[in-house]
Amino acid sequence: MSDLLYSDTEEALRDSVRRLFADRCPPESVMRAYDPAPHDFSDVWHALAADLGMTGLLVPEDLGGAGASAREAAVVMEEIGRAVAPVPFLSSAVLATVALLQAAGTEAAETVKGLAAGSLTAALAVPLSTAPDDAVAGVAVSGSASGLTGRVTSVAGASDADVLVVPVTGPDGLELHTVSRDAAGVDVSPVLTLDMTRPLANVEFSSAASSRVGDARAEDALRAALETGAALLASEQLGIAQWCLDTTLAYAKQRKQFGRAIGSYQAIKHRLADLWIEVNSAAAAARYAADTCARRDDDARIGAAVAQAYCSGAAVHAAEECVQLHGGIGMTWEYPAHLYLKRAKSDQLAFGTPYRHRARLADLVDLPVS
Amino acid sequence: MGTDEQDIARDLRARTQTLLDEHDPASSDPPQFLAARFDAGLAWVHFPRGCGGLDLPRSFQSQVESDLAAAGAPPGGGGRNGIGMGMAAPTIAAFGTAEQQRKFLRPLFTGEHIYCQLFSEPGAGSDLAGVATRAVRDGDDWIVNGQKVWTSGAQNAQMAILVARTDPTVPKHQGLTYFVCDMTVGGVDVRPLRQITGEAEFNEVFLTDVRVPDANRLGPEGGGWKVATTTLNNERVAIGSMAGITRETGMIGKVAQAWRAEPQLRNPAMHDELMQLWVEAEVARLTGLRLRQRLTAGQPGPEGAGMKVTFARLAQAISGFEIELHPESGLRYDDWTMRQPDVVDFTGREPGYRYLRARGNSIEGGTSEILHNTIAERILGLPPEHRVDKELAWKDLDR
Repeated sequence: MSDLLYSDTEEALRDSVRRLFADRCPPESVMRAYDPAPHDFSDVWHALAADLGMTGLLVPEDLGGAGASAREAAVVMEEIGRAVAPVPFLSSAVLATVALLQAAGTEAAETVKGLAAGSLTAALAVPLSTAPDDAVAGVAVSGSASGLTGRVTSVAGASDADVLVVPVTGPDGLELHTVSRDAAGVDVSPVLTLDMTRPLANVEFSSAASSRVGDARAEDALRAALETGAALLASEQLGIAQWCLDTTLAYAKQRKQFGRAIGSYQAIKHRLADLWIEVNSAAAAARYAADTCARRDDDARIGAAVAQAYCSGAAVHAAEECVQLHGGIGMTWEYPAHLYLKRAKSDQLAFGTPYRHRARLADLVDLPVS
Repeated sequence: MGTDEQDIARDLRARTQTLLDEHDPASSDPPQFLAARFDAGLAWVHFPRGCGGLDLPRSFQSQVESDLAAAGAPPGGGGRNGIGMGMAAPTIAAFGTAEQQRKFLRPLFTGEHIYCQLFSEPGAGSDLAGVATRAVRDGDDWIVNGQKVWTSGAQNAQMAILVARTDPTVPKHQGLTYFVCDMTVGGVDVRPLRQITGEAEFNEVFLTDVRVPDANRLGPEGGGWKVATTTLNNERVAIGSMAGITRETGMIGKVAQAWRAEPQLRNPAMHDELMQLWVEAEVARLTGLRLRQRLTAGQPGPEGAGMKVTFARLAQAISGFEIELHPESGLRYDDWTMRQPDVVDFTGREPGYRYLRARGNSIEGGTSEILHNTIAERILGLPPEHRVDKELAWKDLDR
C-alpha cells in the first residue's frame, strides 16, 4: 500500500532545502528573473546541487548519487514550488538524469556522475509541453561525420546546461545523444516566457558533434523521463498551492475592512476553506504519484496522470485566489503573488495539459471516448 | 514498517487466524462470531483491553478488517449499526467510564444494540448547541422531555446517543449533557419522516418523561458539547470515508460501468466531464486514505469535515451526471413506495434515487456551509462568526 505521508528523512531533507531557499532566493530576489538582463541564480543552484547533494537523489550510489527515490525528489520539488525557485532541478536532476540512466549506456556514466556531484548541469532537448506518450520528433543525424541538425523549441533549462541530452531520429528509431552546450553548431536562444523563473530556450543544431548514449531504442528512456517529470511536477504544483494558501490565509487574518479582519467574512473564509480542501487533496494525489513512481508500481502511470490532471488546476486556482483575495496588492509587480501565478499557469502546460492527461487516463482505465 | 510494528502485525495475524479457526464464519451465527471477535480484542484494536481492543495504534485496525472481510466474516455491528459503530462506539471509548465501556460496547459490536442519534431538533439544526430537549435530575435518574428529528434508524434502535439541556440558566454550550438512552423504555415515540426519495430513513422522536439513569451519562454534567463534538468529528470521518477504499467504489463505479457496458451512451462532450469526475473521485479516495494514515492514534479532529464536504459535492455531481448519461431511462424512477430501509443503499438502486438521495449529503451530519465555517475556524484559525448568543443564558435567547 502506498504511504502518502512523509518520512522523518523526507522531512529533514525538506528543512534543509527550505532553509536554503529562504536564505538564498527570497521572493524579492526571485523577482529579478524578470529584469531586462536576467539575474544569475547559479549560486542557488550550485548550493542545492553540490552543497546539499540534491541532484544525486535519483542517481544510484555506484554512479556517485544518493540512491534515493522519486519520493525524496518530490519533496525537493515541493520546496521549489513553494519558493518558485529559479533552479533547473526538474530539467537537469529529473528529466535529463532519468533519460540518461534509462538509456543505460556506459558512455554516459561520467556525465551522470557529474550531474550527481553537481559539477555538471544537463537539459533534455524536448519542448516542455511534451506529454509522456507524445511522439517525439528527434533531430536529424546527417551521416556519421556531420553530426546533428535540427531545431527544438521551448526547452527548459537549456541556457543553464553544460550538456544537452538530445532525442535523435536514427535509422532504427529514436536514439539519445549528448551534445556539449559549447560545441560548434549549437545555438541556444533564450525566449521571453510567461514564467521567467523556469527559463526556456530554442535550441538549434547545425552539424553539431554528438555522442550516442546506449545502443537500444530510446523511446522507453524518453517516456520514463517524461513520466517521472509529470509525476514530480505535481509536487511542485502542490508546493505552489501551499504557499498561496498560507500567504493568503495570513493576509486574510491581518487585513481589516469595515472594522474586522476580512477573513471573518464568509465570502472570504469559505473560499479559503475550499482552497484548504483542494490543497489537501492535491497533497494526496502528488504523494501517490511520487510513491508509485518511486516503487515503479504498476499503477505509476495512472498515478502520474491523475496527479497532473488534478494538481495542475489546484495550483492555478490557488494562485488565482491568492491574487484575488489580496485585492489590489495582489495585482502589483512588487508583491510576489504573480510569480506563483505565472509558474502555476506555465506548469499547467508542462508535460501535457490536464485535458491531455484526462484523455491519457481514459485509455489507461478503459473509458474510451467513443 | 519497523521491527516492532512487524511483530505486532504478525501477532495480530495470529490472533485473527485463531479467531477464524475457532469460529468459522461460514457456520457461526453472526452475533456469536462478533462476540468472540470482541472478546479476542479484535473489534477495535486501538480500544482498551477488555473493551474490544488491545491498546494498539489505530493503524493496525485496517489489517484486521481486511483479513476478516477476506475470510467472509460478518462486519462489526452486524452490518446495520452504522451510528453505533461510527459514532457511539468511539465516543463511549473516549468518554465512558470503564464500567460504561464494559456495559455498552460489547452488545453494540455484536449488533444486539442498534444505535440511533438523538441530536437535531426542529429548532436546533446547524446550531446544534441550541437544543431545547430538557433533562431534569430525579434521584438517580434524569427525566427527559423534548422532540428530536432526522433520526435515522430510530425504528430499529435499542439505544440512542442523546444530547439534552440540563441547565438553561447558563450559555448554550455549557448547559448540555450527553447520555446513552434506552429506546425501548416508556415515553419514546418514533414516527417516520418521509423524504424526497419516497422512503423514510429518518424519524421524528418524541420524548415524554423518558427516564435515563445517571449511570448512562457520558462525561460530566454540563460537559455534553465536548462529547458531542467527538461524535460529530467521527460522523464526518465515517461519511467522508464513503468515498471508498478501492478505486471506482460507489457512484463513480456505477457511471464507469455504464460507460463501458453501453457504448451507445457515449458522447464526446460528456467524456471530458466523466474523466473530470473520475479524477476527482480517485483523488477523494486517495485523500481519505491519507487522512486514515494520519489518524494512527487518538480521535479524529475537524479534518474529517473536508472529506465530508468533498464526498457530498462529488456524490451530487456524479449522480446528476449519471441521469444525463441515460437520456431515456433517466426519466424513470424505480420505486416510490413508502418504506423504512435499514441502511442507505446508494448503489443498489437506480440513478434517480441516487440523484435525489445525494441532495441530503450536503445537509446531513453538518451542512456543507457549516462545515466550511468549521474548517475555516478550527483548522485555518480564521476569526469566528459574529455571535450574539455565546455569552447569554440559553433561556434568554431569542428562539
